[in-house]
Amino acid sequence: MSIWIEEDAKVLVQGITGKQGMFHADKMVEYGTKIVGGCTPGKGGQTVELQGKPFPVWHGMIEAIEATDADATVIYVPPPFAAEAIMEAADAFDTVKGEGVIVCITEGIPTLDMVKAVAYVENRPGVRLIGPNCPGIITPGATGGAKIGIMPGHIHAKGRIGIVSKSGTLTYEAVAQTMSIDEGQSTCIGIGGDPVNGTGFIDCLAAFQADPQTEAIIMIGEIGGNAEQEAAAWAADNVTKPIVGFVAGATAPPGKRMGHAGAIISGGKGTAEEKFEAFRAAGIACAMDPSELGKVLLESLKAVGLR
Amino acid sequence: MNIHEYQGKSLLRANNVAVLEGVHCTSVEQALSAYDSLGSKVVAVKSQIHAGGRGKGTLYHPETREHVMDGGVKIAFSRDEVESYATNILGNILVTIQTGDEGKLVSNLYVEAGCDIAHEYYLALLVDRDNKSVLIMASTEGGMDIEDVAHNTPELIHKVVVDSNAGLLGFQKRDLGMALGLQGMALRSFGKMLSNMYTMFIQEDCAMVEINPLVRTGSDEIVALDSKISFDENAEFRHKNWDDLRDLSEEEDVEIRAKETGLSYVKLDGNIGCLVNGAGLAMATMDVIKLYGGEPANFLDVGGGADEEQVKTAFSIILEDPNVKGILVNIFGGIMRCDIIARGVIAATEALSLEVPLVVRLAGTNVDEGKAILAASTLNIHAADDLAEGAQKIVALIGGDE
Repeated sequence: MSIWIEEDAKVLVQGITGKQGMFHADKMVEYGTKIVGGCTPGKGGQTVELQGKPFPVWHGMIEAIEATDADATVIYVPPPFAAEAIMEAADAFDTVKGEGVIVCITEGIPTLDMVKAVAYVENRPGVRLIGPNCPGIITPGATGGAKIGIMPGHIHAKGRIGIVSKSGTLTYEAVAQTMSIDEGQSTCIGIGGDPVNGTGFIDCLAAFQADPQTEAIIMIGEIGGNAEQEAAAWAADNVTKPIVGFVAGATAPPGKRMGHAGAIISGGKGTAEEKFEAFRAAGIACAMDPSELGKVLLESLKAVGLR
Repeated sequence: MNIHEYQGKSLLRANNVAVLEGVHCTSVEQALSAYDSLGSKVVAVKSQIHAGGRGKGTLYHPETREHVMDGGVKIAFSRDEVESYATNILGNILVTIQTGDEGKLVSNLYVEAGCDIAHEYYLALLVDRDNKSVLIMASTEGGMDIEDVAHNTPELIHKVVVDSNAGLLGFQKRDLGMALGLQGMALRSFGKMLSNMYTMFIQEDCAMVEINPLVRTGSDEIVALDSKISFDENAEFRHKNWDDLRDLSEEEDVEIRAKETGLSYVKLDGNIGCLVNGAGLAMATMDVIKLYGGEPANFLDVGGGADEEQVKTAFSIILEDPNVKGILVNIFGGIMRCDIIARGVIAATEALSLEVPLVVRLAGTNVDEGKAILAASTLNIHAADDLAEGAQKIVALIGGDE
């Protein structure tokens, strides 16, 4: 088991004929992800070559899902069109099969476009949105697996640690830390650093808690908003598996946007200190330095007899 | 992206939200002719800078730092007072609780007609990340610091969450207006104003619109007396007019140049420069430098696909800061390959004849090739295997200089 994405999930790529889309589709095929084709409006009927093999392209998502029975789609569409791509995918999954996972990698989508797109997705209860502005989701397999996004596949291995993070490269850091203590990952999810996004920390914690393969969780937050505090309070009541946490941005000055649109301390709220405190109050073991995540995870696993 | 009060008011006026007559000025002469043309006995003379707290700020001479005047927003009762306030404001430095000690040079002034105020309210529209919707906040406690109101008397803040599909509904405007104690003509005026402001918020891709105070006049009109508007930078591609509204003097020159080359840079006060890929990892790198006793000089995210040229630009931007005594490079290669970064680091070090200590931590894709390239170089580059080691090394290296 894993969460939301099985090792052999069938995946479409929206924006597959674009530079980014094609580059990453090729990397996903190389990793072993079961890519079944893609969509680019106006280029239906063409094929693209990934790892030396041809893959079909459709105009729209409904025909693509009808033809392939895809489980998920990953979006590499430029910001002006990305929210519409999310809504097209949500409509198509809802219409054709009543369920599906949408992973949106695109960075820089206008916030009000996302307000609309998230409401649209939430009206279709079988459809899940991950992102935008995120590295994606990966469920490593014994061989290959499902890598849906832009993360470097080769640093992962199948295992029992679930990872959820707002940040891309910090997720890779967390993956490397699990590997440093000989642990693999069940599923790793980057939920993205934008103020308005789809899947949140609590959705991920609930799914990891319910997943038999996952035995411990790493949760990585950053400054801005209070999603981490809410997730910590929820975890205190609902998660029995050990959680290890880190929050980036302790040294960030108030009022300055630190790269991610959501990473800004406003009105003295959303500081790293506040979030670390909420983590500790919920019994989450904190690393003050991401290079210590492995060490803290090992201690947490030992404490419950998992090592 | 923030805009000035005078720009916000012209936007509000264009969207049929009532504001007072006012004139944007850049000289004392203009301020005086504005006073003459407004025909109002009492006018407000308002410093235009992006930071808040202008009214309670203090003006200083830009070179001597001598105290010039208390208050960056003044009420003038005569032509002479307009002249003296405008003279004291323009060309001087305004320090407020939001500007930091260095303050902001005031080059723009807004001279606005007075009005008959019956009550002051607070109003804000923003995107609320919890509800993933536009949130409207209003309070009877206008003119005050809203954070204090939220902290001391949260029951006096009224909220409406707008359903993005349905838009702002009639009952929501009515309920919010009634919660503010409005009735009759004032309630109708409030409802109309709120509709227009919400439409503007959506059409202009605002991130926040804050009106503090919003006032009810003696004749029950609802008027925006102040305006603080910011736009969502992600939507810049569909608002060509933003270029004209942008006041580059309000932004750090080096941050603008960084943005133009695809880098995300924020200057800080420390002495260890950092160059990192990914916003989260860049923040974490700063945190770890601090954890091991150093002070980061900047936030710098080179993004996911930096090339040799961008790495070079990043180095030169970091080195422009005279406080920088050492640099820590922290790259977790995903799409970005460590060998390319290593070549970029060497090229930049040579081109800029780097003199401060440099620690490089590489991990991820092609890490072995990257490390080999660095090891083969004759340059003085210190390698580190993880972030903690990198931070400890750079802190120790610059510590030796002091």
